[in-house]
Amino acid sequence: MSSKDSVRQTLLVAFLLCLVCSIVVSGTAVILKPMQDDNKLLDRQKNILAAAGLFDSQVHTNADVGMLFEQFTPLIVDLDESRLVSENELDALGIDPVTYDPRDALTDPDLSNALPRDEDIANIKRRVRYTTVYVVAEDGGTGFETIVLPISGYGLWGILYGYLALEGDANTVTGIGFYELKETPGLGAEVMNPRWQGQWPGKEIYDGNGRVAIDVVQGGAAGDHEIDGLAGATLTSRGVENIIQFWMGENGFRPFLEQFRPSGI
Amino acid sequence: MSELREILTRPILANNPIALQILGICSALAITTSLRVTLVMCVALTSVTAFSNLFISMIRGYMPGNIRIIIQMTIIASLVITVDQFLQAFAYEISKSLSVFVGLIITNCIVMGRAEAFAMKNPPLPSFIDGLGNGLGYSMILIVVGTLRELFGSGSLLGYQVLPLIEQGGWYQANGMMLLSPSAFFIIGFLIWGLRSRRTDQVEQADYRPAPHTAPEEVF
Repeated sequence: MSSKDSVRQTLLVAFLLCLVCSIVVSGTAVILKPMQDDNKLLDRQKNILAAAGLFDSQVHTNADVGMLFEQFTPLIVDLDESRLVSENELDALGIDPVTYDPRDALTDPDLSNALPRDEDIANIKRRVRYTTVYVVAEDGGTGFETIVLPISGYGLWGILYGYLALEGDANTVTGIGFYELKETPGLGAEVMNPRWQGQWPGKEIYDGNGRVAIDVVQGGAAGDHEIDGLAGATLTSRGVENIIQFWMGENGFRPFLEQFRPSGI
Repeated sequence: MSELREILTRPILANNPIALQILGICSALAITTSLRVTLVMCVALTSVTAFSNLFISMIRGYMPGNIRIIIQMTIIASLVITVDQFLQAFAYEISKSLSVFVGLIITNCIVMGRAEAFAMKNPPLPSFIDGLGNGLGYSMILIVVGTLRELFGSGSLLGYQVLPLIEQGGWYQANGMMLLSPSAFFIIGFLIWGLRSRRTDQVEQADYRPAPHTAPEEVF
């Protein structure tokens, strides 16, 4: 009885238990990682489709995602120079638009820049230089029917990652979606709720003066630019507003989108 | 053999962890809005309870008394992480809607309670069966609550529309309260009431009785 409770035995049991448990946990994590990554990719693609209004959960299933996703052309945008990157340049950079993940590039100093504090509205600290946008080309025109832009920014507990889809005028919202966040379930995480996301389509990002006018308000949203915030999730709502302000602003996609605006900004 | 069956079936009606011991209420309120999610949660909790009981019982003879709780927690936490990893690999959308509640199985009183109360004192096989039985007892209540909430809250079962909703041209007006947590409280309350009126031995003695009226002169 006493040997079971000796210091030696205590340390030994604790050590062996931790060893076995860590092997089991890390083993399952490593073995299941490829499947989890596939699921995450599928989920992200579904999110892009849903933001563009091309995925209806009543009609489509996960099996359709691959086929539906072929409607998109992934293009790489150079956010520093606000233009599309040509294929030759992509070859030189070694970027494949289909597999390139802008989030991996965030850790690479050559592919991303630190943001000065006063410009970092969405609190993301670093912004990538090259990012992927998904475009549905316009029938018979030079423009696009829908463009899906990646957006991210800090909410309450962590960074929200999502997509914002715009119509061909680069101003009217087609839809918004988030695929990864750490917000409180039932409160902030309600930004994933289709009912809340349903008020975005048709809203306009810029006002007549070309200012980013989207405003997440507390109750009584009216007009073309206002969105009803989430009850009990003031900081997440403010985070979403900051995300739009940043990504649609000067350091985001605005200079790039300008060329598509019929009347300019 | 009959003893093992007794261990398995007792927690389902006679000693139900939710209805009699009032444990594990938190997740029962949170994840029962849809039956599919509820079923996954039941499988997750039952397997964690069963296997944590098994492993804890297997090493109970070597477990130093002063770190036994932390050993139990380590085993339970490892199992929960493993279950969570499996859900993310095989049922990604459900794992997303369960969000934190899979992780919170670690602190579920049923798992800890069975480990400390049963697995520490019994051999591996009965402990495993006891975990299974308690998981099933928890599952039974959750499935009843989940069925009622999804049926009356969204008119569907497992995602298939059973009661046609008015919004879709049917006749059923969905009861929004069923989708909020308080409804689970009411349903569990009614279940406990029903169970205890059939099995009167489960009725608890009132542990506090207001004193009979005293005249002021007796007080002073």
